[in-house]
Amino acid sequence: MNERVKKLREQSINAKPSLSLERALLLTDFYQSGVIEKVSIPIARALAFKYLLENKEICINDGELIVGERGPEPAATPTYPEICTHSMKDLEILDTRSKISFSVDEETRQLTQEKIIPYWKGRSIRDQIFEKMDKGWIEAYDAGVFTEFMEQRAPGHTVAGRQIFQKGFLDYKKEIVEALNSLDFDKDPEAHSKREQLKAMEIAADAIMILAERYSKKAIELAKNEEDSKRKQELEKIAEICSYVPKNAPRTVWETLQHYWFIHLGVITELNTWDSFNPGRLDQNLYPFFKKDLEEGIISLEEIKELLQCFWIKFNNQPAPPKVGVTAEESNTYTDFCLINLGGVKEDGSDAVNDLSYLILDVIEEMRILQPSSMVQISKKSPDAILKRALKIVRTGFGQPSIFNTDAIIQELLGQGKSIIDARNGGASGCVETGAFGKESYILSGYFNLTKVLEITLYNGKDPRTGNIIGLETGVPSQFNTFDELFESFRLQLNYFIDIKIKGNNIIERLWANLLPSPFMSLLIDDCIENGKDYNDGGARYNTTYIQGVGLGTITDSLSSLKYNIFDNKITSMQELLESMEKNFEENQELWVKLIRETPKYGNDDDYTDELMNRVFNEFYTSVNGRPNTKGGCHRINLLPTTAHVYFGSVIKATPDGRKEFQPLSEGVSPVQGMDIKGPTAVIKSASKIDHLKTGGTLLNQKFTPQFLADDDGISKLLYLIKSYFRLDGHHIQFNVVSADTLRKAQKNPELYRNLIVRVAGYSDYFINLGENLQNEIIERTEHMSM
Amino acid sequence: MKETKGIIFDIKRFAIHDGPGIRTTIFFKGCPLKCWWCANPEGQKTDPEKIISPFQLEENDECVKDIIGEEISSQQVIDEILKDRVFYEESSGGVTFSGGEPLMQPEFLHSLLELSKQESIHTILDTSGYAPQAILEKIVDSVDLFLYDIKLLGNEEHMKYTGVSTELILQNLSFLVEREQNIIIRIPIIPGITDTSENLALIGSYLSELKSISRVDILPYNEMSKAKYTRLEKPYELNNIVPPIDERMNEIKEKLEQFGLQVKIGG
Ligand code: SF4
Repeated sequence: MNERVKKLREQSINAKPSLSLERALLLTDFYQSGVIEKVSIPIARALAFKYLLENKEICINDGELIVGERGPEPAATPTYPEICTHSMKDLEILDTRSKISFSVDEETRQLTQEKIIPYWKGRSIRDQIFEKMDKGWIEAYDAGVFTEFMEQRAPGHTVAGRQIFQKGFLDYKKEIVEALNSLDFDKDPEAHSKREQLKAMEIAADAIMILAERYSKKAIELAKNEEDSKRKQELEKIAEICSYVPKNAPRTVWETLQHYWFIHLGVITELNTWDSFNPGRLDQNLYPFFKKDLEEGIISLEEIKELLQCFWIKFNNQPAPPKVGVTAEESNTYTDFCLINLGGVKEDGSDAVNDLSYLILDVIEEMRILQPSSMVQISKKSPDAILKRALKIVRTGFGQPSIFNTDAIIQELLGQGKSIIDARNGGASGCVETGAFGKESYILSGYFNLTKVLEITLYNGKDPRTGNIIGLETGVPSQFNTFDELFESFRLQLNYFIDIKIKGNNIIERLWANLLPSPFMSLLIDDCIENGKDYNDGGARYNTTYIQGVGLGTITDSLSSLKYNIFDNKITSMQELLESMEKNFEENQELWVKLIRETPKYGNDDDYTDELMNRVFNEFYTSVNGRPNTKGGCHRINLLPTTAHVYFGSVIKATPDGRKEFQPLSEGVSPVQGMDIKGPTAVIKSASKIDHLKTGGTLLNQKFTPQFLADDDGISKLLYLIKSYFRLDGHHIQFNVVSADTLRKAQKNPELYRNLIVRVAGYSDYFINLGENLQNEIIERTEHMSM
Repeated sequence: MKETKGIIFDIKRFAIHDGPGIRTTIFFKGCPLKCWWCANPEGQKTDPEKIISPFQLEENDECVKDIIGEEISSQQVIDEILKDRVFYEESSGGVTFSGGEPLMQPEFLHSLLELSKQESIHTILDTSGYAPQAILEKIVDSVDLFLYDIKLLGNEEHMKYTGVSTELILQNLSFLVEREQNIIIRIPIIPGITDTSENLALIGSYLSELKSISRVDILPYNEMSKAKYTRLEKPYELNNIVPPIDERMNEIKEKLEQFGLQVKIGG
């Protein structure tokens, strides 16, 4: 890492996230200007976007080669009052909470109170969503049966496809003109609305070019006053590049990275499209430029690496927008989930690993920063060398890259009806979510608390935490004669809540489509232009709505306990068990020990429990999969929690598996923390008993101590484990490589461990930023150190 | 194959230090030796025995005893072994029979080896070599690799620290070498006991004469098993011994390499 990168990296790491009202104030000015009353909503949104980009502060940091900040400076994070209008209390919480805080200065508070709240209160989509939801939905939401992604974040969750690297915005404008010209106002009843959408996209294309031009001007200005001749030249070069891209298709590596970066800024300025918008298959998309630059000798390998490092820093400078309430709990992190994909296969099915894949891995290893996140796709054609290289980075213990199974991803996408080409060009984004890059809107709609549904079943429809009846009355559990009766009640309860969730999703999807379209995003994803339809309204080629199941391990162990201890072996009665749970097992230590030690647990390759897991999985799958959404697509499932397993645990009392009240649930398809005592092969076998290919992504977390991976032999063993899991169709696996001791020390002396990054669940975070519960949970996770 | 039963005290999956690849190790209970440094003292007695539970020790003062060792059928064991077939195949691993001393339960071992071979699973026998030759003869063809312990070549010393003489062990090793078996020698490095220059020189020159020894693994003494002695209420004789440092292990490695042997630290 050279001096420049070192300095930029330090600056980025030390930038304290703060709340910036720049965007909110500009937006409010624009909305109050009266313009919006004269135009359609899509056009109003496009004009608002343009207004932001015409007026926002231009920031070029000292020494950087890739330019552009979302806020006025690094880590100055905007708010999106049209989505979520922060109250004064929210600001106080954001400023003072110990984790994931954003400093809020006095002026920000004052302006929020005087300008932002008065205009947006009641107008934000968040307010409207909560207003439109019925009682059943609100009760389930409050009880923690599910969360709602779209209440504070825009439907994003898509990734750039290769096409955006091959086009400039002038090309997009040409496509729009063609689409406009082919509208048939006589025969197509939607022609008018299509015209509005297309016009909006056109304005959005202009807007991003204006932003780039402003950066070009700023660079010229800075160059004029620059005394250092080398920097002066760089600034002139930056000016030249910013006036060429994204207007035109990029020609070099430098132009390509800058081109993408403007697009990225556009996406995250237009809306807070959690999450994950990123350059996708970076080693593929960048490769033609990389090859050409090197062949023509216009740039050295070292210089390309430096550009990539500068590019990396740009991601890290943009903390995810501040979240409050349940959303803050389910996704408590500064990371915005940009998951760069490496490896995989090419469009023709051949191995896609190239020289650039390795170079980018070098960059990841040297940078060691939170954002962007990274992953390596391993197909059966990938050389072992790439996986070994990746694992050597994993070993350094900062949680990146995670490892994905390309062959599983392709089969998942094909199963969903995507073309083979789109499937091979796809990958995973966010945490682990499968998608057809550049062609699909695959939004996550909310986490779903499978264990809570079981709890409600055990209380015959009542939420024992609040005493409210929120579910179906499916029978008094102590009167169930067989396990199957109990399971049937759970099934009914599950379907009841899934129906509520899906009904809500369909209303919320319409609100977004109608009130907050995203014309800029629509430019980027095929086939919004061709369809004359907004990204938020089903314009994309594929439209998927996911519901993410959480707590599979905990519910499985709970069902296993009920079946084993009550029905099969009569070790206890339903009544005794429920009473003990009520008292958090405090008065029945003996039973608790039996539940923990002598009851079959998921994650040990034991069919007794693994079959129950499969049963839950299949019920969840059947209740969701294929149910239509409002965008011409359908609902599907995946299994990942981000940090929702902690939140979901905090609303559930003690469970039949011996889990104490309010403790975290298991995450993804990982076993309950500490209950997998037969080692990693048993975990992998258990986890592969569900049909991963029916999902849009599953998450398996394994923790290894650094000692385990210290030598090449350890790396090889890990490689074999991964390849075995992938042969069994496992979707994803990630590794925490730290010792529990280190973590305990970090918990006690956070100030000494500021650089400690761990993998939580689908992403990496600074350990000291995690809540205490989550910290404890990570410490407890079984260490698979082979003795 | 006739169904047989045997006594084991553990089945360890994802064993990665008991031979190549990812393996499952089956720990046979019962051993004719009593090495002072034995890392698996619970493997010495043939029958199941009581051991203080580690779980209860931490939870409260009362000590609860678990039974270690169980009778199990060869079919049950093979079912457990087969669970990790995919990992063996990906990693060129397999099953390792260890202990204790597997040769103490010849019928059971034979049956497990045969069943493993029927399933095309790579087999390793981890042995002290202390058993009648006739037993070795019977199983030798179904073992793919021997991990063969050599501790001390001086007979008196060997008697003192293991309780048995070297004679049978060395005879059996010659027998395996004659049969051109694939053998890795394992030497536990117990400071002041097995790592004397005399002992190492004896072992080095002895092994250099034997063909078909593919490698020598030197295993540094560690204290991890100390707690097990307490739990078994057995005396631990090596209290004052400090595990060898890396430099010392490298020194030993170099010394043995002078005899033309291929040496690896650790298993
Ligand atoms: S031969 Fe092995 S199992 Fe037997 S006592 Fe010696 S070290 Fe222990």
